[in-house]
Amino acid sequence: MNASALKIGTSHPRGDAVAKAAGTERYAADLYPQGCLWAGAVRSHQACGRIISIDTTAAAALPGVVKVLTAADVVASNRQGIIHKDMPVLCDDLVRYCGDPLALVLAETKEALQRGMSAVQLQLEPLPGLFDLDSALAADAPLIHEDKPGNLLAQASICKGTGLDGFDACSVVVEGSFSTPVQAHAFLETESGVARLEEDGGLLMEVSTQSPFRDRFEISHALGIPWGKIRIVAPSLGGGFGGKDGATVQCLLGLAAQHADGRWVRMQWDREESFKAGYKRHACRMEYKLGAAADGTLQALHAKLWYDTGAYAHLGAEVMELGMEHAGGPYRIPHTLIEGWCVYTNNPTAGAMRAFGVCQATFGFESMMDLLAAKLGMDPLELRLKNALVRGDENCAGMRLTTSTGIKTCLEQLQQHPFWQDREVWKAASPAYKKRGIGLASVFNAAGYGGGVRDAATAKIELTPEGTFLIHNAVTDMGQGNSSAFLQIAGHILSQDASRVLLKQPDTRTAYPSGSSSAGRTTYTFGKALITATEELKARLLNWAGMILFLQDNDGLELQPGRVLHQPSQKEVSLVALAGYMQPEERVCLGQYVAPTCKEVPPTAKGFFIGFPHVIFGYGAHLVRLEVDSLTGQLTVCDYLAVTDGGRVLNPGMFDQQVQGGVAQGLGYALMEDFTVRDGVVKTPDFATYLIPGSLDIPEIISIAAQGEPEETGPFGMKGIGEVAMNGPLPAVANAVADACGVRLCHGPLTPQRVLAGVKG
Amino acid sequence: MTIRFNLNSIPTECDCPSDRRVIDLLREDLGLTGSKEGCGTGECGACTILVDGVPKLACLMLAAQLEGTQVETVEALQQTDQGRALMTAFAEEGAVQCGYCIPGMEMASLALLRQEEPLNREQIKEGLSGNLCRCTGYVKIVDAVERAVQECCKI
Ligand code: FES
Ligand code: FES
Repeated sequence: MNASALKIGTSHPRGDAVAKAAGTERYAADLYPQGCLWAGAVRSHQACGRIISIDTTAAAALPGVVKVLTAADVVASNRQGIIHKDMPVLCDDLVRYCGDPLALVLAETKEALQRGMSAVQLQLEPLPGLFDLDSALAADAPLIHEDKPGNLLAQASICKGTGLDGFDACSVVVEGSFSTPVQAHAFLETESGVARLEEDGGLLMEVSTQSPFRDRFEISHALGIPWGKIRIVAPSLGGGFGGKDGATVQCLLGLAAQHADGRWVRMQWDREESFKAGYKRHACRMEYKLGAAADGTLQALHAKLWYDTGAYAHLGAEVMELGMEHAGGPYRIPHTLIEGWCVYTNNPTAGAMRAFGVCQATFGFESMMDLLAAKLGMDPLELRLKNALVRGDENCAGMRLTTSTGIKTCLEQLQQHPFWQDREVWKAASPAYKKRGIGLASVFNAAGYGGGVRDAATAKIELTPEGTFLIHNAVTDMGQGNSSAFLQIAGHILSQDASRVLLKQPDTRTAYPSGSSSAGRTTYTFGKALITATEELKARLLNWAGMILFLQDNDGLELQPGRVLHQPSQKEVSLVALAGYMQPEERVCLGQYVAPTCKEVPPTAKGFFIGFPHVIFGYGAHLVRLEVDSLTGQLTVCDYLAVTDGGRVLNPGMFDQQVQGGVAQGLGYALMEDFTVRDGVVKTPDFATYLIPGSLDIPEIISIAAQGEPEETGPFGMKGIGEVAMNGPLPAVANAVADACGVRLCHGPLTPQRVLAGVKG
Repeated sequence: MTIRFNLNSIPTECDCPSDRRVIDLLREDLGLTGSKEGCGTGECGACTILVDGVPKLACLMLAAQLEGTQVETVEALQQTDQGRALMTAFAEEGAVQCGYCIPGMEMASLALLRQEEPLNREQIKEGLSGNLCRCTGYVKIVDAVERAVQECCKI
């Protein structure tokens, strides 16, 4: 019987796979409550302007239109935002980007909603907009937010060792300037949800969100509904990648519900609205200077990073800070100065996205490593291996590493792979008019919220009267599979098969605050809490079984699927029977966990608000093999290899899913994804203009787990790897292009035009 | 107008405007939310259904175009060996992450399976090139379809 029990370290199929494959999984976008109203936001077509008037009379008079709301209908702060609350639910004075919401229409049908939205009359006085870093940073630039001088959301620095003086002792110095584009999350399920006001005045919302518990505070602050009266239910998400961390539809939906007389209201952004009004990955400009000794030992780094955060803060400052913390790669560098500016513009709002600020800096740094290797005449892998961090080293932010540090193992495993061993043979076999190249990137990504933020979870598991186990998940599953990991963890501890462990997706009424689904913390933090809860439940079950079977202790007692068995006597008690004996509260166990933080924060960072430093990092070594078409500049990615250190792997199949998915998103970022905004207007509002990789664009992606050490602090030795893979492709592809044809491309994405321009010099 | 068609083998009659989008008809009027809308403009494939056996984008079709047709959606996969083979392969090969693209992927794959020809990975990728997935990198989706092709071609 034990054979079928879920086991850590095994590729069990995901718990949600069957329902998703059958089309029966219910997402927020699948909810159409009977008789619901439809809500939609009327948005600004100007990127920067002052509101003269919003005339809602004609719209409100249309048949089927129920209400037309403006900022005047918002009773509380009318400001949303995760940390910095600067984003109006409905604009009250200024519009700051093309897409800022001005009015909210409620209607009986989708058609009436469309008519109502087009009938709202907007009068805006255009103001000069700031659409790039230079104009926003100019001394005489108008302020996008009055209280943010210099249009700076944040400005910070990290200085380690002797900082710039470190360059004095360098024999070799290389410099480079880089830029990365805006990237859209492009999850297939656009922002959506339903809500209604309940009889007691509370708000019930079922919504596509990565942060159900925190959403209550955002809604409460903006709309004045006490947070304790807000209930958020978060079903499985049709993708998130950071773009559903924090309020998207939530405050608009809450406002609509406040004016819907207890009726359900439904809101779903269409693709164009999602692209215009949803959060984005920050465009970034970087200047790098890197110095080393003649033998390749890294000595000094100067990095300057400018992030365009768009019109509102979202998590822009934190994105910049995390990028800075990673700006020196997973290497030992004794002297660093890393400077960052997070700049408001009148572009769409940038916020959280997988590899949060890090993939920009990784492009810069890993390109620099190849430039340095070339200047030193050194093998790029040797250079990386020589400088790779090991446990006990200080990273580029001055943080001493006390947890598993597997970058060296990743690089060594990559070195043994045939793609690396046979590289010269492969390159020499290049077809006519093509040039073959091989590129590397070392990557790392912090897991957890970082210093100054409590990174905690409370897990709940219960034995049901039917003798099955129910986990109350509190951290959204946006597709990464954390809920399946939770099933596996509980099944493993309780020796139960998949049919006996069930999971309920987050509901703030029945689960407990456990933070957001983000930062590579989801399985880690909740998983640890769940282990505690499940161990306690197991102890209670064994105790009860022992009492029923008249056993003096637990010797020989074991849990098996559906029962507790006393091996020596072969006597057993079924879980259904045990559930009958136990009091309801006894069948429920909670467990808590707070992720480790750094006790001795290095005095290197200035201007950081929260989130510094991190103590746990996932690592990876990536290799790409590609062909450059010398006539067209077209890149064909032939093979991709990613060796990843995520500590102990709980489920190899799901581990590969995360790596392959991250690499695919990274390849999109490297090759084609270019979210284009001109004078504040989005030029890529659909999948015909904003291209993401299709099945023919992605090579076979080989994912290998590093044979390194487990992460002792993590559940069964794991650490999060949801983000780290995203960092590799852009620099690896750029390095491979340089390897193939000697052209160093410094501006992403690496489109055929850019490649060709580079080849032609 | 009244539109009559066979939906997942069930004779179905709908009273709706002739220009109602098929995706809305399925999801909102008939409660079949398995078919997803990822873009509404024919670019992502999430809404793929089979009409008279041919993959069609439900976001680009109007209700009147269904008159007299055989319509198959993801909800019908469990009715056939090929459909079941696909669902099992998708679930067991790890092809499913967020799952939002999966119904469309499976319907496009079903059309491939019905050709009853052995397909290599490149051909499978071509067959699925109209279906976007943002989560998986396609590797395991191709694994799943490859497995289903192998299983179904054996029969
Ligand atoms: S929803 Fe029909 S193709 Fe995207
Ligand atoms: S599994 Fe998420 S879009 Fe394909």
